[in-house]
Amino acid sequence: MTLIHLFFILTVVLYGCATAAYLACLLRTSPLLTRWAGRILIVGFTTHLLSTIHLAVNMKYLPLTNMQESLSFFSLAVVGSFIFFERRYKVTTLGSFVVPVALIMLTASSSLHAEARQLPPILQSNWFWFHALLAFASYACFTIAAGVAVMYLIQRYFLKTKHFGALFQRLPSLETMDDISYRCLTVGWPLLTVAIISGSIWSDQAMGSYWVWDRKQTWSLIIWVIYAALLHGRITIGWRGKRAAILSIIGFIVVLFTFFSMKHSITW
Amino acid sequence: MNIVVVGLSHKTATVKIREKVAFSPNKIEKPLGELIALDGIIEGVIVSTCNRVEIYATTRDIAGGIARIKRFMAEYHHLIFEELEPHLYSYHAEDAIRHVFRVASSLDSMVVGEPQILGQIKTSYGYAAEFKSSGIILNRFLHKAFSVAKRVRTETKIATSAVSVAFAAVELAKKVLGDLSDKTVMLIGAGEMCELAAKHFINSGAKGMMVTNRTFERAERLAEEFGGEAVPFESFLEHLHLADIVLSSTGAPHCIIGPKDVEEVVKRRRFKPIFFIDIAVPRDIDPKVDGVESAYLFTVDDLQEIVQANLVQRSLEAEKAEEIINQEIGQFYKWLSTLEVTPTIVSLRNHFDEIRRAELEKTVSGWKDLPPDAEKRLETLTLAMMNKLLHSPTTLLKQTGQGGRVDLYVDALRQLFGLEAQRRDDEELGLEE
Repeated sequence: MTLIHLFFILTVVLYGCATAAYLACLLRTSPLLTRWAGRILIVGFTTHLLSTIHLAVNMKYLPLTNMQESLSFFSLAVVGSFIFFERRYKVTTLGSFVVPVALIMLTASSSLHAEARQLPPILQSNWFWFHALLAFASYACFTIAAGVAVMYLIQRYFLKTKHFGALFQRLPSLETMDDISYRCLTVGWPLLTVAIISGSIWSDQAMGSYWVWDRKQTWSLIIWVIYAALLHGRITIGWRGKRAAILSIIGFIVVLFTFFSMKHSITW
Repeated sequence: MNIVVVGLSHKTATVKIREKVAFSPNKIEKPLGELIALDGIIEGVIVSTCNRVEIYATTRDIAGGIARIKRFMAEYHHLIFEELEPHLYSYHAEDAIRHVFRVASSLDSMVVGEPQILGQIKTSYGYAAEFKSSGIILNRFLHKAFSVAKRVRTETKIATSAVSVAFAAVELAKKVLGDLSDKTVMLIGAGEMCELAAKHFINSGAKGMMVTNRTFERAERLAEEFGGEAVPFESFLEHLHLADIVLSSTGAPHCIIGPKDVEEVVKRRRFKPIFFIDIAVPRDIDPKVDGVESAYLFTVDDLQEIVQANLVQRSLEAEKAEEIINQEIGQFYKWLSTLEVTPTIVSLRNHFDEIRRAELEKTVSGWKDLPPDAEKRLETLTLAMMNKLLHSPTTLLKQTGQGGRVDLYVDALRQLFGLEAQRRDDEELGLEE
């Protein structure tokens, strides 16, 4: 077993434990459990980050060149941004919705490519790495936004149906969630904008045209428009709450769709 | 004499039904008068809060009295008796006493331990005392209930650990609005619960306060108290969009805020959530308001849900409180049973007879050359005196027999002659607050 596999298994186990702990947090309030869930996740994130760096150093390129690598990186970005938002807003319950997603992504990326491959020349561009990093950062933000949106809709349902159970007690307030979702958009959307610009510069270098209307670019633009509309609607006419939540879930579904169906097109 | 309780509460009826049988405090004289005019009902107190409507009465005929009060509740509010009846509970004797002690001690409240109910019963009792519908038994009974409530409050942690309905409102608001420190509260109407909720919101950091009331002076006074701003009642809807939290408890017979109003408000607020608590019975805010996007409406009934979570923690304290209540029931019941005529006559006779015997004994034992039949004669003499003295009060008591005043006489008699070592606790039980 190579070191990289060991890292991978360790990370999966740690994310698994963190997922279990966060899900348990939904069932019972325990400060101890909450603390440990956070600790386990941070250790998991550290191993994940180290293994990614290790892989990158080994292969001399960022592990973003195929579906498996990308999924693992996606999951890393999601966990990283979750840790950031949890610190910031103290919303443990967010973990119960987001960490399982990261675990699934990581597990799905199970076969890691430890050996350096000969990269197609098309990917040997700094613009590509810049583009990909930013794109994943923005996707991670949208993932958090979608997680929060699901929580928002659940909590809103509880409030409207006057159903005040244990889950209601544990979920954060509507305004907090709305706030997080807004923050995710204000970070995620500019990142996506820069990612698309850098992507088109790379496209120019690689294919001689800034915009080729391939499926990847078209869908990226659709995602960009969805989130732009959401952000714009929010700032100008007050699209918040339920509408914003539904839209950001739709946005995330499109992100996933784009990710899973198009990723192959750049791995060649 | 029997104490009976007939009523309904949040445990047996929804707000829809409760608001139909609520008695308006402004017009309480009429129902109180009709209540004690009922056949066989001697004293009566009506307690009407948003969570319960209860009638406390005394009667000689338990079953008949309860039935008549039930009918009265339906007929007074023009309701169909058969529809109301399933929601009504009734208690008599020890159960009635326990029930009222529990209610006053806030053990039967939606939020166990919430302090408002005691004040509400005191106010209700105040009306009954003012309109003379309560008499010796209910006076004593309710004063006792107040002192029991006080004991429960000081001797258990039920009040300190308890949250009030008002506090539950704050907790709920936090679930919608998050941090309350930049939020503005609008208080519509007045009322203890509403003002208390407002205080809780201020304590939780709410930034601003607007107060509106049909009587503008009242609004101004409250606004001053809360460091807020008074808004004329006629134009409060135009200020509604500035409020994040709206507490409403007016005595209005119809809804004063409808879904159309709120739709406007929400648009002006650009869909920032607005939180409504409707404490009024009948309701002030149309239930349809809850269907408006970004508007969240809760009634007192909804607050109960929030409260359930805390009940377990408090059950231990409640057990202690029940124990206190049990002790007090014993004491009060003893007093109540002394009000019966026959035992009173018997103990009065015994009391006189004891004195007579003691004095006779003293006289005879100190008398050296007592004539042979003197002791017998003295015995006859004192006995005749005693009988003559007791004749008139005994006859009167027996004649007054079934009426309401007999309790007054019996109680006076017992106190005048010190017929048993009664705790003279009337002063301490008084309506000191």
